[in-house]
Amino acid sequence: MMARPARALLVGLAVVGAGIVVAALRVNQYVYFAGYVVLQYVVIATAWNILGGYAGYVNFGTPAFFALGAYTAVFLIQSTRAPLPVLILAGGLVSALLGLGIGYLTLRLRGVFFSIATLALSIVLQTMIINWEYVGGSRGLSVIRPSGPPFGSYVTFLFTVMVLLSVVAVTVARFIERSWIGRGLAALRDNEEAAECMGVPTLRLKLFATTVSGFLLGVAGAPFPYYVTFVEPNSAFNLDYAVNALAMPMIGGTTSWVGPVIGAVLLGTAQQLATVTISSEMNLFIVGVVLVAFVVLAPEGILGLVRRLRGR
Amino acid sequence: MVAGLLLGGFYAAVSLGVSLIFGLLDIANIAQPAFVILGSYAAYVMNSSFGLDPILTGLLFTPVFYFLGAVVYRLYYGSFERRGDESLRGLVFFFGVLFIIEVSLSLKYGVDYRLVDAAYIGKSIDLGGVGIAFRLLVPCLVGLAMTLALHLFLSRTFYGRAVMAVSQDRLALRLMGADPVQIKTIAFGVGIAAASLAGALLITIAPVVPSTDRDYIGRMFAITVLGGMGSVAGTLVAAVILGVAESLMATFFGPSWSLAVSFGILLVVLAVRPAGLFGR
Amino acid sequence: MKRSGTWGLLNWALIGATVGALVLASGGVFVARGADPIKIGFGMALTGGLSANGKPALLAVQIWKDDVNKRGGLLGRPVELVYYDDQTNPATVPGIYTKLLDVDKVDLIISGYGTNLIAPLMPIAMERKLTILGMFGLANNEKYRYPNFFQIQPAGPDPQTSTAIGFFELAATQTPRPQTVAIVGADAEYPQNALVGARELIKKFGFKTVYDKTYPPSTVDYTPIVRAIKATNADIVFVASYPPDSVGMLRAAHEVGLQPKIFGGGMVGLQFTSVMTSMGSMLNGVVNYDFWAPEPTMLAFPGIKEFLNEYQARAAKAGVDPLGYYLPPYSYALVQVLGQAVDATKSLDQQKLADYIRATEFNTIVGRVKFGKNGEWAKGRTLMVQYQKVHGTGIEQFRGPGKKVVLYPEELKSGAIIYPYSAAKN
Repeated sequence: MMARPARALLVGLAVVGAGIVVAALRVNQYVYFAGYVVLQYVVIATAWNILGGYAGYVNFGTPAFFALGAYTAVFLIQSTRAPLPVLILAGGLVSALLGLGIGYLTLRLRGVFFSIATLALSIVLQTMIINWEYVGGSRGLSVIRPSGPPFGSYVTFLFTVMVLLSVVAVTVARFIERSWIGRGLAALRDNEEAAECMGVPTLRLKLFATTVSGFLLGVAGAPFPYYVTFVEPNSAFNLDYAVNALAMPMIGGTTSWVGPVIGAVLLGTAQQLATVTISSEMNLFIVGVVLVAFVVLAPEGILGLVRRLRGR
Repeated sequence: MVAGLLLGGFYAAVSLGVSLIFGLLDIANIAQPAFVILGSYAAYVMNSSFGLDPILTGLLFTPVFYFLGAVVYRLYYGSFERRGDESLRGLVFFFGVLFIIEVSLSLKYGVDYRLVDAAYIGKSIDLGGVGIAFRLLVPCLVGLAMTLALHLFLSRTFYGRAVMAVSQDRLALRLMGADPVQIKTIAFGVGIAAASLAGALLITIAPVVPSTDRDYIGRMFAITVLGGMGSVAGTLVAAVILGVAESLMATFFGPSWSLAVSFGILLVVLAVRPAGLFGR
Repeated sequence: MKRSGTWGLLNWALIGATVGALVLASGGVFVARGADPIKIGFGMALTGGLSANGKPALLAVQIWKDDVNKRGGLLGRPVELVYYDDQTNPATVPGIYTKLLDVDKVDLIISGYGTNLIAPLMPIAMERKLTILGMFGLANNEKYRYPNFFQIQPAGPDPQTSTAIGFFELAATQTPRPQTVAIVGADAEYPQNALVGARELIKKFGFKTVYDKTYPPSTVDYTPIVRAIKATNADIVFVASYPPDSVGMLRAAHEVGLQPKIFGGGMVGLQFTSVMTSMGSMLNGVVNYDFWAPEPTMLAFPGIKEFLNEYQARAAKAGVDPLGYYLPPYSYALVQVLGQAVDATKSLDQQKLADYIRATEFNTIVGRVKFGKNGEWAKGRTLMVQYQKVHGTGIEQFRGPGKKVVLYPEELKSGAIIYPYSAAKN
């Protein structure tokens, strides 16, 4: 039993190491750009799954959390030119607060009602950003990257940061899943009343899940301004984030931390390739067809398929 | 104020389908707005090639949409409801359907703004100093007629009552000798058929592109929830509230915040009274 | 929990397998093609909000490519276009351009269509010291002041006021002189910029603002807004809007009976053929910005007729705007500038090209183009046109002159303004 956390740590370190090696190879700038996006989705999908997969609360407001992280960063860049780690931490904390807020919503709202509330939240937040001139309002804002990243080009640096963040996110998710928290959340997902009766502290668990999920989504959004160098509400609050955050864990499998990772890597990479090979109309079309096919044919995601093949 | 009432009538028309499918059948059909846009394009095609009135087209196409809805429901039933894991996966399923419809439309008809032409567009009538646009008046009236029709359908016909029953007690319905799946198929079909007409109204009011549906997802579900899930009268009232709120904001405080106010109302209602204003 | 050991390994194996498979799959895509042709790379809005303009722009660039290749290409090499869909989403731009530069190894780049899609390209181009030609961006270079950026929209040295300047200059010269102004626009990038410019000009010309509001782009009904404007009784109504709201505002103005002395300004979308043919006579009297109109003064430039013939012949098949009077001539002119620079310098050296473009006056199908401060046109040339005598909704009437009369600037003027607005409305 003692070996497990140690091994997890080792594996995490190995992934970070591999990421740094990839960054050091300086193979081809495009790999970092595409890789950044895929890893960003690993973080988003993992974060979403903590609430959606483990606790069964479907969050449609992913763009709100992501954009809140991004705009917190924009605000800090505008006001203090704070360094990237500060941006990431601040973005995460602000989103975590929002997460805590929607956590209290779960007191009264379940199922689809909760989803609709998060959707409404996203729209209200977007309107606020649109009317806030300081962070660019509806016109958007060009962000100038700080000169001289610690190593390599700025994008390799951002890529490495994202590798680190995704390892952190996955580790957190894995820890939650395997601890009593994860079991509590699973009980809550299956039957909230029963869990409550059995003495599971449902409210505290839910607040924990929404806060952690919000934190990680904000963390994923914070480096975004430096990645695109131009932030405007429509792209930061893009519906794609909501759909992908939902679709990736569904394709991978929602019950385990591996599911979102597989889903994000597969779907994220497929989307990146489709953008530069076939038209993106087809890209969206494929996403649609894949989604329908998966939920119809493989309701447990890829993990479920594998499990079935192994005869479990 | 008047503009808000008119807008409300139109919103009611758009939301009725959701109210029926989501409110009564408990199916989170997030693809409904896409069906509405599909209705808009049907109206556009018939209007530009045959000069047919958009609303007439909407009416003519209801059987086609009904059939489409029935097929979609059968697929949905077969894949999810029968297995009993409909909520989350069903949501994803309809998201997929939404994309497929949206992209098919943009592949076929491109991404230009589409409009229709009808005799009453651009004319207005003067009622006591307030000019009322036919472009808004007609959709409002049709919306009211649809609301009434749906209300009559649900309360007066056998199938309508069966739909009401299926949302409450499936077992009792089976004892009555009706097949819930068949009833739900009918209800779903009717909901989608309503989208055909709603789409025709939409393109009468404003130009449409395939991605217009995304603007309406929030509004439709907001109205349904606000109206108390499946209450036809509630849907109408909620739609009017939303329409008036948007219009008043636009007139007096600056339109910039109108959307946020509508959804702010929704958030507050959800937090305070999740069953909606007219919940059962 | 005892199976967690095998589970962990299996999971990692699974992740490894998917990553590996994808890397292998992408390897096929990354194979570089022969180095013979000159490759020009760009992202373009082929889906999403700006695609109604992005697709015609792409067609214009393709026509240029065919024209050039018919004449034997550039530097004796054929020209090839490499382009991807940016989905009107700025977040895709960094990825697309690094792919173009590092994987496709394009020789030259041009921007995609629109301010928001140019903005994320700026730092990439600057980092690599590339020459970029921007396709219709507003004030993209104000913050960066990058010397090798050039922009084809004829906004001139002061981009923010460029949309509105003609409108307010015209208003100021009318008799009786209008006094009060209402301005309104959508909460989006272009309308907000146009409004900032309009406020500046209102101050400059000494008008009085009586209404200044913005609305969300997803607004369905515009009559409450128009009614509020009507209540202020403004002489001048300046609207900065995107296509759906332009239609909504215009319809609402007719329904509510808005009667200012001059109406229009910065309404995007009225220039689109599909909108013109459905709005028909409702357009009459509107004074709006434009870039191109089939008036004799605009048709005088060499090559424009041939281009439009070719464009209109191919438009139906490409499923884009059938007339192409708004942006396509400028998209063509943009690549013309690039092509002429390559021919003249006999080189693909980015710095040489930029130096040449900065110093030269180009002869294009939209007239003579000389770049000045921040890579904008040295002198602005945004047109103000008035729709006149539009009858019904037929498309044929818009092909020829007389419907979109150029009022501004003076040197391209093709007719007189009908003032006030109600006189032209009929």
